[in-house]
Amino acid sequence: MDQHAVTPVLDARVVVDRGGFRLDVGLRIGAGEVVALLGPNGAGKTTAVRALAGLIALTDGHIAIGGRRFDDPRTVTFVPPDQRPIGVVFQDYFLFPHLTALDNVAFGPRCHGASRPAAHETAARWLARAGMADLARRKPRQLSGGQAQRVALARALAVDPALLLLDEPLAALDARTRLDTRAQLHRHLTDHEGATLIVTHDPLDALVLADRLVIIEDGRVVQEGDAATITARPRTDYVARLVGLNLYRGRGTGHTVTLADGFVITAADTTDGDAFVAFSPAAVALHLDLPSGSPRNTWPATVAGVQRHGDNLRVQLSGPIGAAADITPAAAAQLRLEPGQLVWAAVKATETRAYPA
Amino acid sequence: MSTHDRGSTRENDVLDVAQPAPVPPPRRWVGRRVPVALLIPAALGLAFLVLPMAGLLIRAPWSTLPQRLAAPGVLTALRLSLLTATVATIVCVVLGVPLAWVLARVDFPGRRVVRALVTVPLVLPPVVGGVALLLVFGRRGLVGRWLDETFGITLPFTTTGVVIAEAFVAMPFLVIAVEGALRGADERYEEAAATLGAGRWTTFRRVTLPLVAPGVAAGAVLCWARALGEFGATITFAGNFPGRTQTMPLAVYLALEKDLDSAIVLSLILLAVSVTILASLRDRWINTP
Amino acid sequence: MRRGWARTALAALAAVTALVGVSGCGTDGSPQTTASSAGVTGAVTVFAASSLTDSFTQIGKDFEVANPGTHVTFNFAGSSALAQQINQGAPADVFASASPATMKQVTDAGNGDGDSMTFVKNQLVIAVPKGNPDRVVGLADLAKPGVKVALCAEQVPCGAAAKKALDAAGVALTPVTLEQDVRAALSKVKLGEVDAALVYRSDARSAAADVEGVEFPESAQAINDYLVIVLKEAPNKAAAQAFVAYVLSQRGRSVLTQAGFQAP
Repeated sequence: MDQHAVTPVLDARVVVDRGGFRLDVGLRIGAGEVVALLGPNGAGKTTAVRALAGLIALTDGHIAIGGRRFDDPRTVTFVPPDQRPIGVVFQDYFLFPHLTALDNVAFGPRCHGASRPAAHETAARWLARAGMADLARRKPRQLSGGQAQRVALARALAVDPALLLLDEPLAALDARTRLDTRAQLHRHLTDHEGATLIVTHDPLDALVLADRLVIIEDGRVVQEGDAATITARPRTDYVARLVGLNLYRGRGTGHTVTLADGFVITAADTTDGDAFVAFSPAAVALHLDLPSGSPRNTWPATVAGVQRHGDNLRVQLSGPIGAAADITPAAAAQLRLEPGQLVWAAVKATETRAYPA
Repeated sequence: MSTHDRGSTRENDVLDVAQPAPVPPPRRWVGRRVPVALLIPAALGLAFLVLPMAGLLIRAPWSTLPQRLAAPGVLTALRLSLLTATVATIVCVVLGVPLAWVLARVDFPGRRVVRALVTVPLVLPPVVGGVALLLVFGRRGLVGRWLDETFGITLPFTTTGVVIAEAFVAMPFLVIAVEGALRGADERYEEAAATLGAGRWTTFRRVTLPLVAPGVAAGAVLCWARALGEFGATITFAGNFPGRTQTMPLAVYLALEKDLDSAIVLSLILLAVSVTILASLRDRWINTP
Repeated sequence: MRRGWARTALAALAAVTALVGVSGCGTDGSPQTTASSAGVTGAVTVFAASSLTDSFTQIGKDFEVANPGTHVTFNFAGSSALAQQINQGAPADVFASASPATMKQVTDAGNGDGDSMTFVKNQLVIAVPKGNPDRVVGLADLAKPGVKVALCAEQVPCGAAAKKALDAAGVALTPVTLEQDVRAALSKVKLGEVDAALVYRSDARSAAADVEGVEFPESAQAINDYLVIVLKEAPNKAAAQAFVAYVLSQRGRSVLTQAGFQAP
């Protein structure tokens, strides 16, 4: 997907000032591209979506879709939502309760000037694509969560939007439904020719559905890139936790990275200057006695907590550095792990990754 | 009642299969669960409202009822009352719903003052309201004079005048009820409509109105009932003439001049008709399901 | 409905309050028949036809001056409404009606004390706006097309008299409204909503600033006798009788004649 060669469908710098909180993110999405906007609660994701949709006005910056400016405070340009080429799927769907599923999906086309029969035909087609043909005459309250989600998506797609916005599209679903719906959603998004922005807090959604991830925290973009890059090289605690890594920042000199309090980590890569170093919880081995052998990184730690993590146990360690370690239940039994227990943690240098900050 | 639940259906998440249209559970008598502290004042309140009507029923001249019912003018007054109340309600809905929308959705300077002004007919004694209407729409009134000179239209002493008087006193009920319903409606449905391409008027027509329809219906019912019972403004502004401006309340008052029994019979007729109409309105239409 | 009942309630409340306030004084057993008697005190509630509004208010004031310690409150409304209220038990001391028929309603129900007395008569005139812009000279002019006339409803004494007069003149008249009391009909003329109304001479005179009264010969056929009576359940019978005596006295008569009523 070479989006640099052509003008992106969405070209926006969203700046919104809201009572002490300032959102300032740049977004560029090309045709057919799916971008996930990921971040913790309160990061400003929903504000960004509402600004793109035209439900709130920008304080600064600009929003351009398909080359046309829809919001530009500097030139006092503001186009209301009903005149923007967008389709929005809200977190709680907001299907019109007094209309059937078919009428809901036909609502958009009719507003855009289609005649009633034409709009119904379009709606029927979209519902069939979503596998909802036999539920077309149902009212929203007669639909399950997953069905409502599909109708909401069909409703947004029926207007053939240049920019599709999805605000936490799977958040209202239970785990099982989410699995199926995510797969369906992926298929629809792959077929969609316009630009798509998904807002989510679930990294799995982002990884499955998106071509590119944009991570925002406190109103700013902290990392951007495809899933592989971000997973391999997280740049903030949030992202690290997201992808399940132990992450530290310090001064790199050759193969070692010195952290702020003096702790030194030996890494496989060389770095120079401000650097990150990360290793997976699975790379941490725990011993009751000081281990001998190859691990370059060894330190005394105290067990702060133990939780189940899939089939294994995740042990939270406190000490000169905080870290998470994954060990098998059998190993845990041997070690007799309880909070407050003193252990030795060891990580091989080859299992660490260091990269410039 | 939560309009929020219209769009999301969390309760059905467990099984993501096509559900048959759900059947509402049968209503159960929950008398045992009503606290006594509420039941007693409720019973007193009900008695307070119902006993005067019971008084009318007991005191009614049942033996002479048939010939009194057939008396001339009774049916005319009743028909006129029902007609004017209904037309007045239509006027109130056509003018009052947009007014309620502006008060609920548009933030303009002086909104609070306007809202207070809308309730003025509620506190004004109806006769004073009638006099005020005369001063504006009467033959020498601010607007009435122009109407008379330009079009030869006079409003006092006409059936139209009755409709105007009734609409004046009843409109606040409708505006307040609809404004309340609009404030309670979730604006995010309107946002969804906007993102789908609906302008403000289309959104109002196809999303907002259907969502608040039960509130509008409830307001219209109140409005109709109030218009039906109006006396002071009607007799002052529209006068009293059988067939043209003599509504049931006026007929009752004048019957009272002659003899109490006629007045009671007329009141009972009015009561019976209104209670029948109000009771036949399905609960579903005026309460959010 | 509201005007009459509201005022009844107010009058009742005033009467009760006054009674509670001056309980024990003001009522002595012997009936007073002279115009001013030093021993009469207390509250007097008078129900009077609305056409007596101005004259009786003045008489009330004079009575209070002549009998210090008394306080007169009035309930002015259509005579038939007042008769209804009295028969339903509204507390009043004196009833003054605008027709024998309405007085009969009260005496037939046994609510009168002694005999009623005719104290004045009233004649109808045609009330027109000051200056008589439509040049009305007689009842026939009222039937002309385009002339809006307000009459009292037949159930009210003024309306019954108007019907008699119109029948006597052989004039078929369709009014635009049938008001529930004569003051309401008069106010329609004052407001300019109607071109003429058939009211009592006393009413036309009371609104002399805005209205003038046109005499017509047939009014002699429909003269209304006004009667007054002390009520049987009067809370303050002594003062009630004193008030009636005052109305019938010369001082009372002169006030009434000045207002446009005729001597009986």
